Amino acid sequence: MLLDIRELTVEVAGKEILKGVNLQIDQGETHVLFGKNGSGKTSLLMTIMGFSGYKVTEGSIFFKGEDITNFPINERAKRGMGMSFQRPPTIKGVKTIDLIAIFNSDEKSVTEAAESLELTAFLDREINRGFSGGEIKKSELLQLMTQNPDLILLDEPESGVDLENIAMIGRAIKKLLQKSLRRLRVNAGLVITHTGLILNYVEADRGHLLLDGRMRCEGNPREMFATIQKSGYEVCARCQK
Amino acid sequence: MSEVKKRAESAQGKKAAYGPDIDLSSFNKNAAPHAYDAKLNSLSEEQKKFMAEVGIIASGGLRSGNFLQMDHSAVNCSAFQMGVEVMSSAEALRKYDGLKEYWWKAIDVITDKYTANAELFFNNGYFIRVEEGIKAKFPVQACLYIGEEGLAQNVHNILIAEEGSELHVITGCTTAPKIKRGLHIGISEFYIKKGAKVTFTMVHNWGEEVVVRPRTAVWVEEGATYNSNFICMKPARSIQMFPSVRLRGENAVTRLNSILVATKGSELDIGGRVVLEARGAKAEILSRTISKGGNIIARGILIGEKTDVKAHLECSGLMLSDEGSIRAIPELDGRVAGVEMSHEAALGKISQEEIEYLMARGLSEREATALIVRGFLRVEMVGLPESLKREIERLVEESEKSLF
Repeated sequence: MLLDIRELTVEVAGKEILKGVNLQIDQGETHVLFGKNGSGKTSLLMTIMGFSGYKVTEGSIFFKGEDITNFPINERAKRGMGMSFQRPPTIKGVKTIDLIAIFNSDEKSVTEAAESLELTAFLDREINRGFSGGEIKKSELLQLMTQNPDLILLDEPESGVDLENIAMIGRAIKKLLQKSLRRLRVNAGLVITHTGLILNYVEADRGHLLLDGRMRCEGNPREMFATIQKSGYEVCARCQK
Repeated sequence: MSEVKKRAESAQGKKAAYGPDIDLSSFNKNAAPHAYDAKLNSLSEEQKKFMAEVGIIASGGLRSGNFLQMDHSAVNCSAFQMGVEVMSSAEALRKYDGLKEYWWKAIDVITDKYTANAELFFNNGYFIRVEEGIKAKFPVQACLYIGEEGLAQNVHNILIAEEGSELHVITGCTTAPKIKRGLHIGISEFYIKKGAKVTFTMVHNWGEEVVVRPRTAVWVEEGATYNSNFICMKPARSIQMFPSVRLRGENAVTRLNSILVATKGSELDIGGRVVLEARGAKAEILSRTISKGGNIIARGILIGEKTDVKAHLECSGLMLSDEGSIRAIPELDGRVAGVEMSHEAALGKISQEEIEYLMARGLSEREATALIVRGFLRVEMVGLPESLKREIERLVEESEKSLF
């Protein structure tokens, strides 16, 4: 098992946000996380990545068989976790390339990744400074592509992106998740999506529904999304399954 | 006794407008002379290394001129390009009949006790001049070095950029590795004539107990540009300076950048004053300050005296410690209709969100902090050739290492 989350309870500012969450993701799998605003989706990703402010009060997170519940963020990144942020901060005076160069010295692969996202001109710009919504998402993916993690956490990778760019982002995510490989695929993903648009580009294996901090349902992601689109999250709240 | 000397004597006890008052009698006035060294081969490896840290290439390569003063002696004055003159100011006074149009013209000798002392106990300094229309191919470097414990070094520098000339100057001020205490008073009068362009980059790297009182005034004539970059990231007891730039001619331009770090025990009172005296003049003052336990006052004054002038002042500070302080004091002074002046001042901390974002890319907390600080200190230095820009960035990066 690549990621194994057991009975995870998390507090943010003294308030319980996640309640006994279980989630298993195996190598090569792509999982999708559904849930309305405030259900705890981003909190789950932030907790997996290890951000301060997300206090694990119960349960544990295993990554590649190792209990990483109390590991600092960079140790998780070093072990192969990577995350694309929904609203990343601006880092003044630091060019995107300055950061990428720290974790990837292969100039050729960086250039290729930047070209594939039409971001070459952005390498020399300060990280996220004055970027549009779409540019932020692309820059996040570029960083992930050059970081090359085994587990990719994507927080709404398509929100704020115009239709033209969604296909490009879809291609980048497919590449990150090694979708062209079948049996040899090892990279796994956990994706939060609101619009579901990303499902048109990236084939997902499993869907999960978070409701008020609890995992309520899991199943075929496309079917789940179709139901949510048709009837809304209210149906899930009433569902006794 | 000359008139200037008489006036200087009258101001010997005059306290400066800013900064702690210094007892000048506690520093030695006399230094053993150093022999002239035409090839700079008397320098030790350690001395060369210290000079390199303030941007001085002891071999003189890639420079259009060189000036090195050790204690009170001008040890080397050389120019490697036609139309570029480099000599000691003592020699220039002899050669140019007292430099009547320049000597104590931009600065009044009775400004304070430091200017008065610089006249009364004059210990040389540099004279750099670029002839009309000459573009210096490489930077001219000037190094002022204190090698004796407790010594007072009073220098008086003159820089003249004749009409249409171009020049980059790198000044490195430093003490010998073992030196703790000393006093450096530096009078600098710069004259940037019509259409000339000068960038002046100064790196300070002093001993921990060294007191520094530069007094700088720059006259910028019509269509001329003066850009200055001041970098001081190593400890010093007390530095107080408030360089003053007068934009005297139409469309004159200046930009003053300072990058300052104050460690515990350091007091830095650093400012910049620009007087926009002619139509179309433009000015920008920008400072980036970090306190790691030391005290910093970052001043800036823009004075708009003519219509159609434009100026901006920006002071950004970062507190990296619970000790020490940063005070940003920006001032705008508009005196006619049609001036356009603005300022921003901000003091901040390194945000946890930024650190953690970078940690998610695999950087340790320390590496993330260092990267954010490097970004904070990165100032776009306009008008510098790419190689010099890289050289300065490297100097800043070297100095950053001692922060963490």
